[in-house]
Amino acid sequence: MCLGVPGKVVAIDGNCATVDFWGVRRQVLLDVVDEPVAVGDYVLNHVGYAIRRIPESEIGETLALFEELLAQGDAADLMAGDVRGEIAGTGAAPDGDS
Amino acid sequence: MATPDPLAAFRELKFRDPVRARGLVDTVHRLVREIGRDRVSLMHVCGSHEQAIAKYGLRAGLPPALKVIMGPGCPVCVTDAREVDEGVALARQGVHIATYGDMVRVPGTWMSLADAQVDGAKIHVIYSAGQAVELAERLQEPVVFFATGFETTAVATAAIILKGLPPNLSILSAHKYIPPAMDVVAATPGIAVEGFLAAGHAATITGWGVFEPFVGRHRLPVVVAGFEPLDILAGLVRLLELVRDGTPHVANMYPRCVTKSGNLRAQEALWEVFEPAGGRWRGIADVPGGNLALRDRFASVDARKRLTIDVSSLPRRAAPILAESCICGSIMAGIRSPTDCPLFGGACTPDHPVGACMVSTEGTCRIWHQYGGYPDLGGIG
Repeated sequence: MCLGVPGKVVAIDGNCATVDFWGVRRQVLLDVVDEPVAVGDYVLNHVGYAIRRIPESEIGETLALFEELLAQGDAADLMAGDVRGEIAGTGAAPDGDS
Repeated sequence: MATPDPLAAFRELKFRDPVRARGLVDTVHRLVREIGRDRVSLMHVCGSHEQAIAKYGLRAGLPPALKVIMGPGCPVCVTDAREVDEGVALARQGVHIATYGDMVRVPGTWMSLADAQVDGAKIHVIYSAGQAVELAERLQEPVVFFATGFETTAVATAAIILKGLPPNLSILSAHKYIPPAMDVVAATPGIAVEGFLAAGHAATITGWGVFEPFVGRHRLPVVVAGFEPLDILAGLVRLLELVRDGTPHVANMYPRCVTKSGNLRAQEALWEVFEPAGGRWRGIADVPGGNLALRDRFASVDARKRLTIDVSSLPRRAAPILAESCICGSIMAGIRSPTDCPLFGGACTPDHPVGACMVSTEGTCRIWHQYGGYPDLGGIG
């Protein structure tokens, strides 16, 4: 529960963003994010809220860690499980889960 | 579970950058030699750090004199039995309980929420604060969000409260605030922790500046580190340099996520809704200022003020005989390890957990059961 998960903002409607997590689209709330967020930005998310806009220079490194984690992590992997839980914690996007 | 040549096995581990990993481990060995004591203890306070340390078998590559201990970094685990009792009592009174998954099996004084569910209580597992709101809107019956987690998670609870809750939804806050718990651990005789590794994503919210008063009080260094094995090794190197030089201050080794002031908007929401309160943490007793209680302004959504919670009504079932041998509390305080527990891996497993540390995916026992704390490296790579 300490782990945030990065995703790409693909649409914004008021305070709610549609965020793409490796092909899974979810809704994330922008109430407490640290900076204004625009479509195309990456955000770090925790229990349904964006908590940080990831600066462009840091996107590559941040995504690489999570991609490695999810690629390696089978069903028993605790960190990958927590990451999947975080993605599950965001609301389904209006156009479905994918 | 020692291997004849742990360092040789460690070299086999698959890091993104094995050369850099090797260099960092060599530096750790050199720094511990330079410090020159036969024991140097460093503590981290994050379940995700422990997952990475155990999964990658980092301890196997560290010098025997260096102890990297997990402290009270599992939010589910430190939720006190008394707080679980409140949730169980409400559930038995017929209120719907919404809570994060791992909480369901965490033991209270006499029973867990899962036990209450067997007796007919209505327990709902959620993954986000927003899902508690959706549940209340759908059910139109009294719902209590049993809200657990550290400050990072409490921000989301604060945000739904500030947005306005459905009238049938109340909050039972068991949220915890990490910095005061570090104070308690640092002052505990017998642990002799010489430095703390702080969790990167929690510091995304609080900023690394939050640790400066702690360093001033205890003269112990704090290093903020990320979750990748290399991030953790780099954090340990910086921490050992600060220990060697006797120059306690806060170092930020996770600048791609953490700034000095943190996320001010999230902090405003957090402190507008919550105030620090005294309270008990499972395992490390009283932590002044370590609980996050709803401010009086939000009494109308505070389950403790709005509803009658009759903990004394709980059936006093005999505590399971095994629970008396559980050393979960000492493990969370950093005094003992899972392998010191007679139940670990035998009578207590993830399928049949006796204590909270075996229930949560961020609990030390659960993590060590999965990966080994000082792993048999034969199975890793």
